[in-house]
Amino acid sequence: MVEAKRALPWLADSLRPISSTAAGSLPKQVKIVEVGPRDGLQNEKNIVPTQVKISLINMLSETGLSVIEATSFVSPKWVPQMADHTEVLQGIQKFPGISYPVLTPNLKGFQAAVAAGAKEVSIFGAASELFTKKNINCSIEESLQRFGEVMHAAGAASIPVRGYVSCVLGCPYEGKIAPAKVAEVSKKMYSMGCYEISLGDTIGVGTPGSMKEMLSAVMKEVPVGALAVHCHDTYGQALANTLVALQMGVSVVDSSVAGLGGCPYAQGASGNVATEDLVYMLHGLGIHTGVDLQKLMEAGVFICKALNRRTSSKVVQASSRL
Amino acid sequence: MGTVPSALKHCLSYQHLLKEQLWIGEPAAPPPALHPGQEFQISGLPDYVKIVEVGPRDGLQNEKVTVPTDIKIELINRLSKAGLSVIEATSFVSSKWVPQMADHTEVMRRIERHPGVQYPVLTPNLQGFHSAIAAGATEVSVFGAASESFNKMNINCSIEESIEKFEEVTKSARNMNIPVRGYVSCALGCPYEGNIVPAKVAEVSKQLYSMGCYEISLGDTIGVGTPGSMKRMLEAVMKEIPVSALAVHCHDTYGQALANILTAIQMGVGVVDSAVAGLGGCPYAKGATGNVATEDVLYMLNGLGINTGVNLYKVMEAGNFICTALNKKTNSKVAQASFNV
Repeated sequence: MVEAKRALPWLADSLRPISSTAAGSLPKQVKIVEVGPRDGLQNEKNIVPTQVKISLINMLSETGLSVIEATSFVSPKWVPQMADHTEVLQGIQKFPGISYPVLTPNLKGFQAAVAAGAKEVSIFGAASELFTKKNINCSIEESLQRFGEVMHAAGAASIPVRGYVSCVLGCPYEGKIAPAKVAEVSKKMYSMGCYEISLGDTIGVGTPGSMKEMLSAVMKEVPVGALAVHCHDTYGQALANTLVALQMGVSVVDSSVAGLGGCPYAQGASGNVATEDLVYMLHGLGIHTGVDLQKLMEAGVFICKALNRRTSSKVVQASSRL
Repeated sequence: MGTVPSALKHCLSYQHLLKEQLWIGEPAAPPPALHPGQEFQISGLPDYVKIVEVGPRDGLQNEKVTVPTDIKIELINRLSKAGLSVIEATSFVSSKWVPQMADHTEVMRRIERHPGVQYPVLTPNLQGFHSAIAAGATEVSVFGAASESFNKMNINCSIEESIEKFEEVTKSARNMNIPVRGYVSCALGCPYEGNIVPAKVAEVSKQLYSMGCYEISLGDTIGVGTPGSMKRMLEAVMKEIPVSALAVHCHDTYGQALANILTAIQMGVGVVDSAVAGLGGCPYAKGATGNVATEDVLYMLNGLGINTGVNLYKVMEAGNFICTALNKKTNSKVAQASFNV
């Protein structure tokens, strides 16, 4: 890692705040939601041993990240990678000040999650009827009803719920998605009680143009302080899209260490944006994240070794000796 | 997210969405007139961005495998048909230093010269300039740098000495009505000096512009820049040179290229350098990428409603051709995502 330190001297020097201009004023700090252990691993072909998952999350806990999505309480029949959800949640070190949300697609999953010690959960909606049908075999309306049950139970247990909206910039089945539809679904989930709505460019087809259009519509219904963006880098647009979101006031960004997780809709293509590359950009903009990039890179190197795959992070590719 | 149905690959809507996003089959249209309600226009951005395709020169020069002359010519010919208006063809530098460009004269003489397309070539000194002209070049480029150490290591002289050499070139070029493009390397960081002061970039840029370069391409040679440092550097340079004479040449070594290009465009820059398939690694970071992929830049610009005149699909095809010839995987994410669907 000495090599890495020498290769990245600009990180320390570039931590000067930049003034607001035509390029838009940026938030002074950004919260990163690390989705590698769940969204990332779920979309990796190789099944990862439970102990490796636990080690990864523990390493991530030491980087300064404040939110690490740990696992998913979904049926192992559908998502074998997450079959060990209870073991993972119970096995990780839970650091004070760090949240470890877990996915709960329905009431059953929610109850299992709480029994396993979960203190925060997430629910996954979509802005596309066809995507919802293909994914969870029901309509958007029906999915929201299911979520309603989770919200009710979560409310009773004082457990915060984060809402995701998939396909916000395009759908593999429907094609174009109307910004108004994204706004409608986001509003419903926010009104149900989700404290934050993460807007996901699920297939990575979005560009700064469509991002701006979509956010403009959503921000009419949900306060920007409750919004997050979850950009996929399948077409290389993730950081540019994230930058535009920041310029519009969004200050929560989802990403995945080492860019874990391919795209199930485009074979061989990448998926999640790499947390290392995101942090590099944010620090270069003088935006505070609280994350130690070196430690983050180490966690990424660890999981890539365990998965026997190359990192998708360009920062890591540029910094390590190959 | 649940399981994925196997019928997905035949999903017509995804193909349809791609066709729209990639503007496949769209003829190169003239810049549309601005009118309210135009769906994708973001205010403050240029209507049109000129892409300077550097794959055949900057790209191939940084590829390990020596490419046969015929392949180079075929690549350039294919790019000529994609709607690009500038294609950097080769470099008239000593073959001792850059063996990949040893066939510069043959390449220059044998490529199809499409009307409306410029084929600039690199000319590091007067000797190279004369060879280039003899071979039929009608535009040349000179390469300066904002770092003394980089200059020393690269061309074994100081910035000031290199400026003197370029002045010889621009003087001869002016006499022959040959336009000269100026590059400034290390605009956002240097592999030897580290941080580069924006004022230095502005100073070197101004010198190149004053001696007659019609355009200054600001290069993030090692890709370390971010939107923050890009903004600071451009602010300094734009005090000395009109923005219409500026271009950005971003490397994607740290994944920052598109974000940096977007920042530059938001500040009024209307010319972007890129390389088909993201050809060309980084000589300073083994295994890392270099040039940003033209396909990925086009995808972003198309999505922003910015006209380029370039057919993305044809560029992808040219990229596919050269990657097959080089036996390597494309660095373009758009190509990676599209060719497997």
